[in-house]
Amino acid sequence: MTARLFKIFCAAVTTLGVIVLVIVLFHIFREGLRWVDVQFLESFPSRFPEKAGIKSALWGTIWLISLTALFSIPIGVGAAIYLEEYAQKGAVNSFIDINISNLAGVPSIVYGILGLTMFVRFCGFDRSVLSGSLTMSLLILPVIIIASREAIRAVPGSIRHAAYALGATKWQTVKSHVIPAAMPGILTGIILAFSRALGETAPLVMIGALAYVAFVPEGPMDSFTALPIQIFNWASRPQEEFHQLAAGAIIVLLAVLFAMNSLAVYIRESAERKHK
Amino acid sequence: MEMPLERVKTSSSSPSVWFTAPRRRLRENAIRFILFLCAMISVVTTISIIFVLVKETSIFFTHVNVSEFLFGVRWAPLLEPRSFGVLPLVSGTFLIVFGSAVIALPAGLATAIYLSEYASERTRSAVKPVLETLAGIPTVVYGYIALTFITPMLSSVIPHLKVFNAASASIVVGIMILPMIASLCDNAMRAVPDSLRHGGYALGATHFEVTAKIIVPAALSGIMASFVLALSRAIGETMIVTLAAGATPNLTLSFMESIQTMTAYIVQVSLGDTPAGGVEYQTIFAVASLLFLITFCMNVAANRILRKFQEMYD
Amino acid sequence: MTLKTMQQSTTANVQMEKPVLTAKNVTICYGANQAVKDVSLSIHKNRITSIIGPSGCGKSTLLRAFNRMNDFIPNASMMGNIYFGDVDIYSKDIDPVDIRRSIGMVFQKPNPFPKTIYENISWGPSINGIKTDLNELVEKSLEKAALWEEIKEERLYTSALNLSGGQQQRLCIARALAMEPEIILMDEPCSALDPVSTAKIEDLMFELKKRYTIVIVTHNMQQASRISDYTAFMENGTLVEFDNTVKVFTRPKNKRTEDYVTGRFG
Repeated sequence: MTARLFKIFCAAVTTLGVIVLVIVLFHIFREGLRWVDVQFLESFPSRFPEKAGIKSALWGTIWLISLTALFSIPIGVGAAIYLEEYAQKGAVNSFIDINISNLAGVPSIVYGILGLTMFVRFCGFDRSVLSGSLTMSLLILPVIIIASREAIRAVPGSIRHAAYALGATKWQTVKSHVIPAAMPGILTGIILAFSRALGETAPLVMIGALAYVAFVPEGPMDSFTALPIQIFNWASRPQEEFHQLAAGAIIVLLAVLFAMNSLAVYIRESAERKHK
Repeated sequence: MEMPLERVKTSSSSPSVWFTAPRRRLRENAIRFILFLCAMISVVTTISIIFVLVKETSIFFTHVNVSEFLFGVRWAPLLEPRSFGVLPLVSGTFLIVFGSAVIALPAGLATAIYLSEYASERTRSAVKPVLETLAGIPTVVYGYIALTFITPMLSSVIPHLKVFNAASASIVVGIMILPMIASLCDNAMRAVPDSLRHGGYALGATHFEVTAKIIVPAALSGIMASFVLALSRAIGETMIVTLAAGATPNLTLSFMESIQTMTAYIVQVSLGDTPAGGVEYQTIFAVASLLFLITFCMNVAANRILRKFQEMYD
Repeated sequence: MTLKTMQQSTTANVQMEKPVLTAKNVTICYGANQAVKDVSLSIHKNRITSIIGPSGCGKSTLLRAFNRMNDFIPNASMMGNIYFGDVDIYSKDIDPVDIRRSIGMVFQKPNPFPKTIYENISWGPSINGIKTDLNELVEKSLEKAALWEEIKEERLYTSALNLSGGQQQRLCIARALAMEPEIILMDEPCSALDPVSTAKIEDLMFELKKRYTIVIVTHNMQQASRISDYTAFMENGTLVEFDNTVKVFTRPKNKRTEDYVTGRFG
């Protein structure tokens, strides 16, 4: 009897989780869908809800993500290659290990504080896209490193040995065989990291990404805003229309995230198909 | 593209050995060094975080007494009369965490148990993406939901509910960390070897008995670790509490009231016009140091539990 | 090849051949565990030398020492010397990469790269800066490995993973041959294959020995007696006996050797 109740309880809870997602999405779409049109995408934010749009936020996000990719991908994958292929298994390596998994758990607002002090103030980059992307890069670096390391570790040792036995150096082996074989896993990890970066608000608030920005960034040193900031700003206002605008912006954000996740799933599945 | 080889004969009767130019070894070493620098960036990041926090916090403590900070019950750094007792912020944070734990820990574990022990493969493959989607929703979106959906819903049931309250935020933080708990616990239970399950069945135990008395205890450290990690995440959560829980430092146990968490305070000050260098500015670092310390200790504890757990089944 | 013809071909030129590879008092340890104990032997040019012995006797470890593949095992350490001609391959100024370009290896489980057949064979030479025409090199290597007939032009650019097990192993041999090594080390190359593929590879080895020197580790005694010129019998890390194959199998000097080759243990 308890057994049956227990099973029903567990199933009910699980179903509740699914229902929650459906309700959340339904609410967002009901509130915001009517605001999402071409004008919404092409207008700058405004005091008047009918005129307001996410153009600056959208372009700010594009700039932010592009620059973040420029910094975080080479460094993250490079670090993963070093740790898996070159580093001696010893005290230093496990220290770096622990360090990275701790960094993965640091609240994002602390990264914001680091970015504020290091990049905005100390380096003098001010509230620019450069500061934002450097901060974001530090934030998602642990995610990229951890996912890439797993992908590299999954490459069978027999491939490496075959390459070494042909008189290849370590880098030749890594470049020609290990990285290509680990690529699906690395790409999935990168997409995961960027899904996270897209939605992060707290660090951007700390480094001063403004919400009332009526221009599109033209260079890395320009100030900027981003989609999550715009959402935060509109949601913080008391007026109902701004809440609905926030919902509209959320729809755009979720659409982009959905596209990225579908890409990740596609990569994962085509890689699995290749190895069948 | 590659260095040309010179085939050198070491002696007339011995086989030749290929010797390549020393340039190759130089290039290999250069590449190794660059990759090493990439790995070191993570170390530099940690050192920088600690350095930045410690530096400003120590300046803060030249103006404010440590015990006043840690044990004071009034937090009003920006208004006169000033007071720097951090407990209201800490209690705000832990109120939210407690509320979210009440929802997410049992629900997450139950979901994980269902998925790993009861659900069919088809149900699993349908539910897992849902959990992943929930986990991927940005926290600012959750904050929006808390403010515009949960709060109105709650206030129709609870008459005296304030617009900004701890309850809505707790519920939504709970929803946010639930997928994390579910998937970590699911992994932990699936890691339990089948031999244990079969042993239980062979002794005549029912499915429920095997699950409750063998699997869950065996996976306990993995489950504990997942709880600690999820709660650490809840402590560091910023956007949901900023949008929905309020900006009133309030030492209270009531979920109906408006409170302020450590993270929400930091956001509040950054959005304002606090000049750099003053005590108000330094409060950001003091609160952030406390936040960092708490989450750091929890993460270390969780990792230690996880490592012990992995050793068991390796 | 009958036993008689083998006898006739090998008795003539046994003693006066120059060894291409010499192991002198080689001891290899994994941490505290001694896998190879004080082994000395010589590998002769254009001959097939087989190393036989029961599981765990250290034969694969010894083989891997010849092309410094043990360098990749974290707690492996070696004492003694191995000479490739006059060169001590473990000396400080030798880069193991150079050694492996002259001493190739084929592994127990076929391990082609997850790329096309063409790329599998052309990769080694191309990263080593070998200037010859790669297309021609690929075709010749596949011919030498008796795989060209089955592959031909059309399958050259298809994935190597689509080949059968036996074909994959011959591809690995072709890949090693493309480097034009002096010596080819083979670590139980047929143990994962069916009898037909095994026979094909054994025939291949007779052809290959005209141009290359082969050292093969095998736990299949019949294979060793069929194809090799010299046989080394190892047990528990020590070299029990090393002599012409014919002698080892018909008139072994050591009782343990006799017990092993007659199947009394192992």
